[in-house]
Amino acid sequence: MSLAGYEFEVQRDDGLATEEMTLNMGPQHPSTHGVLRFVVKADGEIMRTALPDIGYLHRSIEKISEKVGYHGFMPYTDRVDYVSAMQCNQGWAMVCERAAGIEVPRRGEFCRIIACELGRIASHLLSVGTMVMDIGGMTPFTHAIREREKVNNLLEDLCGARLTFNYMRIGGVAWDLPPGYAEQVTAFLDQFEPLIAEYNDLISYNKIYVERLANVAAVSKEEAINYNLVGPNLRGCGFQYDVRRDEPYSIYPELDFDVPVGTGEVGTLGDCFDRYIVRIKELKESCKIVRQCLDMIPDGPVLARVAKKLKPPVGDAHVRVEASRGDMGWYVVSDGSEFPYRTKIRTGSFSAMSIVDKLSRGIMIADLIALIASLDVVAPEVDR
Amino acid sequence: MSPTEIHQRLQDQHGDAITAFEADALDPFVLIKSDSIVEVCRFLHDDPDLAFDCLTNMSGVDFLKEDYIQVVLHLYSYTHRHAIVVKANVSREEPSMPSVEAVWKAANWLEREIYDLLGVVFTGHSDLRRLLMPEDWVGHPLRKDFVEPEEYHGISTRRESLLK
Repeated sequence: MSLAGYEFEVQRDDGLATEEMTLNMGPQHPSTHGVLRFVVKADGEIMRTALPDIGYLHRSIEKISEKVGYHGFMPYTDRVDYVSAMQCNQGWAMVCERAAGIEVPRRGEFCRIIACELGRIASHLLSVGTMVMDIGGMTPFTHAIREREKVNNLLEDLCGARLTFNYMRIGGVAWDLPPGYAEQVTAFLDQFEPLIAEYNDLISYNKIYVERLANVAAVSKEEAINYNLVGPNLRGCGFQYDVRRDEPYSIYPELDFDVPVGTGEVGTLGDCFDRYIVRIKELKESCKIVRQCLDMIPDGPVLARVAKKLKPPVGDAHVRVEASRGDMGWYVVSDGSEFPYRTKIRTGSFSAMSIVDKLSRGIMIADLIALIASLDVVAPEVDR
Repeated sequence: MSPTEIHQRLQDQHGDAITAFEADALDPFVLIKSDSIVEVCRFLHDDPDLAFDCLTNMSGVDFLKEDYIQVVLHLYSYTHRHAIVVKANVSREEPSMPSVEAVWKAANWLEREIYDLLGVVFTGHSDLRRLLMPEDWVGHPLRKDFVEPEEYHGISTRRESLLK
């Protein structure tokens, strides 16, 4: 990639010339959360810039949508963000339902939210676990992954897949909850919820860990909004905004949950630690939501009758879904045929990657790892 | 504010820039002249009653039959919790419009993506390079008349059908 405009000269006080280094990080790097590359310009350990070079995982998902039709695109949405595919399913289902004016049966909505919130727990566990691992703590990662496996087992019981679920359909979900599912999930939640406190004891307030994250790459609220940071990254700046609560969709208005925000408790407001701790707190909220859904879920069908060849009227529709990596924008243009005319997916990781260049200026190279991990970037979601 | 009120306020200030307003669409939108997009967006962003502080989504759509490319901006205000869609049409032959990067930083990568996939040139953009496709790629894949090249650096793009 061209680096025109990013050259700079380093002049030391004692007259000795120093040289800036151009380092390559990635595309295969254990801490880059997928295949992405940074061109780092550094003066010793201090970075001048870290320019993200993306596109390695560009599978032209948006273009594929134009060829496979509305129903056929559902499995592809799993691959947009394979760490938390449920919300991608939901985003696509919701935008098609909005474009075509389809009503989802009430039980179907509950199934969706249960699946999505379990997916959020799994995603945040991976995010938190890999973040600790990137910074050098191996053990907590295994603790997080152990619990994530249990969530994956639950999701496997629900839809037969552990990663790319293809669970939702336009008009509802593919299958009802299996028999005894509520008991299974409740047993997991009973066992899991006390562990959140354990994570805090083990990792969150560990002195070494806090020192690595506090005051690193702080983002102000205004900056975050201007760069369109979303989800936990936005809430980490102390701004209480959650699409589930503030632009409610599905059955979220009926549910009671808090929106945790960063408070700058160990350093500057909006630093890496704040983004991290918001995810830990959200684990608890997701547990709360799943419990409520299991209590409130009504009987009835889970899937509305939808035409096999869905042809939404000419026009466009846009929905926003609170995915694990924040507000995900789904835009679909229909020309009245059975194929979407254009699909656009704006993901949370995409906005998060675009701010890396700005945040990386003047921080240590080692802190770049903490920064990327705290932004919870998932590379396939950036490239689509 | 409702979309109609937003449009009214925009009409008062930048009436000559607006070519259409569709209140009955699923997401009500204003269609504006592409040349005046920066002034309109600057006003939408700065006006305290509108305060569209967030560009949530920006897409390009190639309308082949109608012979234009449409750039669609989904705006949202965290301050007032209201939304509007702004659309601007550019020609397919020489697609070019001013960049709104100075208004919302989020536009930087979103515009790069549209440039990459649809070939719209955003004048005044600080770093207009391809984002997703390789730098030496020819053509813009999301154009409706895009034809996939036979090969790329000696690698064939043709695959035998698995359904034989």
